[in-house]
Amino acid sequence: MSMKATIRQVDSVTVVDVSGRITLGEGCTQLRELIRDQLSKGNKNILLNLADVTYIDSSGIGELVSGFTGVSRQGGSLKLLNLTKKVHDLLQITKLYTVFDIHDDEARAISSFQKAPTA
Amino acid sequence: MDPERNVVEVTLESDLKNVEVAEEISLRMASTAGFAEEDQHRIEMAVHESMINAIWHGNKNDSSKSVWLRFQILRDRLEIRIRDQGNGFDLKHIPDPLADENLLNVSGRGIFLIRSFMDEFRVEQIAGAGTEVTMVKRLSPGIQPIQGGTDREHESHNTTG
Repeated sequence: MSMKATIRQVDSVTVVDVSGRITLGEGCTQLRELIRDQLSKGNKNILLNLADVTYIDSSGIGELVSGFTGVSRQGGSLKLLNLTKKVHDLLQITKLYTVFDIHDDEARAISSFQKAPTA
Repeated sequence: MDPERNVVEVTLESDLKNVEVAEEISLRMASTAGFAEEDQHRIEMAVHESMINAIWHGNKNDSSKSVWLRFQILRDRLEIRIRDQGNGFDLKHIPDPLADENLLNVSGRGIFLIRSFMDEFRVEQIAGAGTEVTMVKRLSPGIQPIQGGTDREHESHNTTG
């Protein structure tokens, strides 16, 4: 199953419900283009809901890092929501768990964007 | 799989679409060997990352080349060998992805994940044949392979295109 993404707007936050595989090739390319597209529309508060992500590889992790740094450079924030155990473990092993702002409650995740200063 | 020998060998076209084929074989072999679900996933990920390295870095995404895989269930472990037709790489030259200066790098975590998930990881140049990685995952004491592993070395040939 390749990656699928549904985009919805909640207040000032763009929530992306991601499902399937974020792996080298189609999945990573889709995610990269999706984030680039949102930034070009001026949507700089992005919340990636990874609840239905079945598989992520080292390239997928790299894509999350790339999204995080790209959005931050534009003065925005990219945060993660609802990590599966597999994704959680991978982010811990790679020491990225402390880099990302990670949430398990959508309402709290949304309100955390309002507290954070954005350019 | 040859049930007597606990060995699966396969040669795949060097194409990213075959990464999932290798994953499926690894899951079946890990399950047959008796690994729990979490370790099955770790083995699957190690094979996934090795296949990506073989296809992308070793064979330079050239689909006229191939990747050879060999899975063997032994009494106390699963041994996986993956060979590409590339020039190989030196493990000493791979930066530590956990170093502060590398933490936000976009790439460079594949080998690290393989080492994290498997008990042994070796890279070898095979003269005239390419680069071969060997990965070993040991079974916890007391767990026996479902179909009975062996410590004898065997060969089987089950080649698909």
